Amino acid sequence: MTTIESKGEKATRQGFSDALLELGKENPDVVVLGGDVSGSVKVDAFAKAYPDRFFSVGVAEADMMGVAAGLSLVGKIPIASAYGEFAAGRPFDQIRQSLAYSEMPVKICASHCGITVGPDGATHQSLEDVALMRVLPRMTVICPCDYLETKRAVKSSISITKGPVYIRFFRDNTPMFTDESMSFEIGKANTLIDGTDVTIIAAGLQVWEAIQAAEVLAAERISARVINMHTIKPLDKKTILKAAQETRALVTAEDHQIHGGLGSAVAEYLAQEHPTPQEFVAVNDTFGESGKGAELMKKYGIAREDIVKAVKKVLRRKK
Amino acid sequence: MPASNPHNSEMRDLQEMARQIRRDIIKMLMISQSGHSGGPLGLADIFSCLYFRILKYDPSNVTWPERDYFFLSAGHLAPVWYATLARAGFYPLSEMSTLRKINTRLQGHPAPWYTHGLPGIEIASGSLGQGMSIAVGAALGLRMDRKPNHVYVLHGDGELDEGQVWEGIMTAGHYSVDNLTAIVDRNFCQIDNRTDKVMELEPLADKWRAFRWNVIECDGNDISDFLVAVEEAKAIKGKPSVVIAKTFMGKGVSFMEDDYRWHGVPPGIEQGKQALSELEPTKFGDFVEFEWEKQVAEVVK
Repeated sequence: MTTIESKGEKATRQGFSDALLELGKENPDVVVLGGDVSGSVKVDAFAKAYPDRFFSVGVAEADMMGVAAGLSLVGKIPIASAYGEFAAGRPFDQIRQSLAYSEMPVKICASHCGITVGPDGATHQSLEDVALMRVLPRMTVICPCDYLETKRAVKSSISITKGPVYIRFFRDNTPMFTDESMSFEIGKANTLIDGTDVTIIAAGLQVWEAIQAAEVLAAERISARVINMHTIKPLDKKTILKAAQETRALVTAEDHQIHGGLGSAVAEYLAQEHPTPQEFVAVNDTFGESGKGAELMKKYGIAREDIVKAVKKVLRRKK
Repeated sequence: MPASNPHNSEMRDLQEMARQIRRDIIKMLMISQSGHSGGPLGLADIFSCLYFRILKYDPSNVTWPERDYFFLSAGHLAPVWYATLARAGFYPLSEMSTLRKINTRLQGHPAPWYTHGLPGIEIASGSLGQGMSIAVGAALGLRMDRKPNHVYVLHGDGELDEGQVWEGIMTAGHYSVDNLTAIVDRNFCQIDNRTDKVMELEPLADKWRAFRWNVIECDGNDISDFLVAVEEAKAIKGKPSVVIAKTFMGKGVSFMEDDYRWHGVPPGIEQGKQALSELEPTKFGDFVEFEWEKQVAEVVK
């Protein structure tokens, strides 16, 4: 089995920050919008380096999406930044009409997503954002798994010139395990570990959890394939179909509600194309609470142990 | 390419065009039997001024970089915009008869030209309150590049109930965007009732001033008064300007005037005939001639 190692820890939001600095240098049309959380979503470095290209709109995310649309109309490449809940949930209608329906190539960069944002509690734990964004036509949805992948996702998103992109990342420091030798292409999943008995399809922080789960399973002679599905829309159907045909059992894992996220996207596709037993590792139709990210992952059933359990369960259903 | 407005019409033509736009609105709505009558009729004078005197544009080149940007935030007012765009040369007059029908570019609420809407429409509107933010973004982007283009956004007064409008107004004031002019269609009517019954807006001018805007009030059904107001708005530097234009909903049609119940409904055939008899034909000519004896149903297909 391929082993994948962590080369230290860094926050995915730092990858966003570093991508912005590089984009600022490379492309004079890139502008960034902040909503009074510049420090925590990490747009402050860009604001300092390129003050003329940074716009504070105050705590007003609906306005932010409209201002971004207007900037886009006159040729700028706007990057709107906010916490996940306020990037996707609060301005949903603005995103729907002014960005998605109007095909505006605005990048919505959402930090502090998922239950792992921790101590802030349920109001700030965006667990519905993938569902909300994924349902919109003309939208691209990306959920990178570590620092480098976040940086690459943000930089690659600039090449999308039709329709908005939603990029979801997280607050805490997390293992860095992808490197430049791995390809990163929007819409193309990466198979990190090959396996024959079962496939774990994960996004975001659950990719690392899936890698750990695969190691536990390997010790029990269960060969698990691990796919990093960093792009949730458009879905890499080819890679999913191949995994379903070859391993005949699937587990999806995500820091999101069980309804409407990555698991649903995979199930919707396979139900039509190649029905396959699937278990869902996700927050089970409930709101979160305060606590540390790692504690919440365990309590709400989205940690590596839960992936291991789900694998065993789905293997019992495998035909 | 036009250095200024491509028509630059004289006063008498602006008035006649406004009347033609009103006739077009009535006919479009009689054919579609769906859509908003009152607001569009009230705005015909303002749209005549905008597209035949004020705005810089090239109808054959909608991405002309020197164009002014116009956003209709209250998308349900589409019939007046559609009639005006046809008259201004953005698309064929005959296409007006397709309003709200399957496969049309004249969507119930405006869609952008690059998806399936009409040339001249920059972005979608319909869900209320979003145009101000978009206009502010466009104005900021143009200012960054030191471009002279001017940005206009038109809001209905009832639309000002939407909180996002005030977020955008605050942002415009904060950034002192003076390449932006807002127009408020102050007709005191919204769907349910008079605006003071649904949600009191007064003191409206003071609200805008408190958000660091220059406020100009005018009669939006008086072409010369409106033209002067917009000139004044554009001349003010250092802050954005709003023209609060008092209009009458349903203007030009006696039984619709100043009656909120005409906000969201089209005229029936007999009502439409009555309306057209009150709006004298113009030298510009109608886009369709109804043959009443054959019944409008023929045309309605």
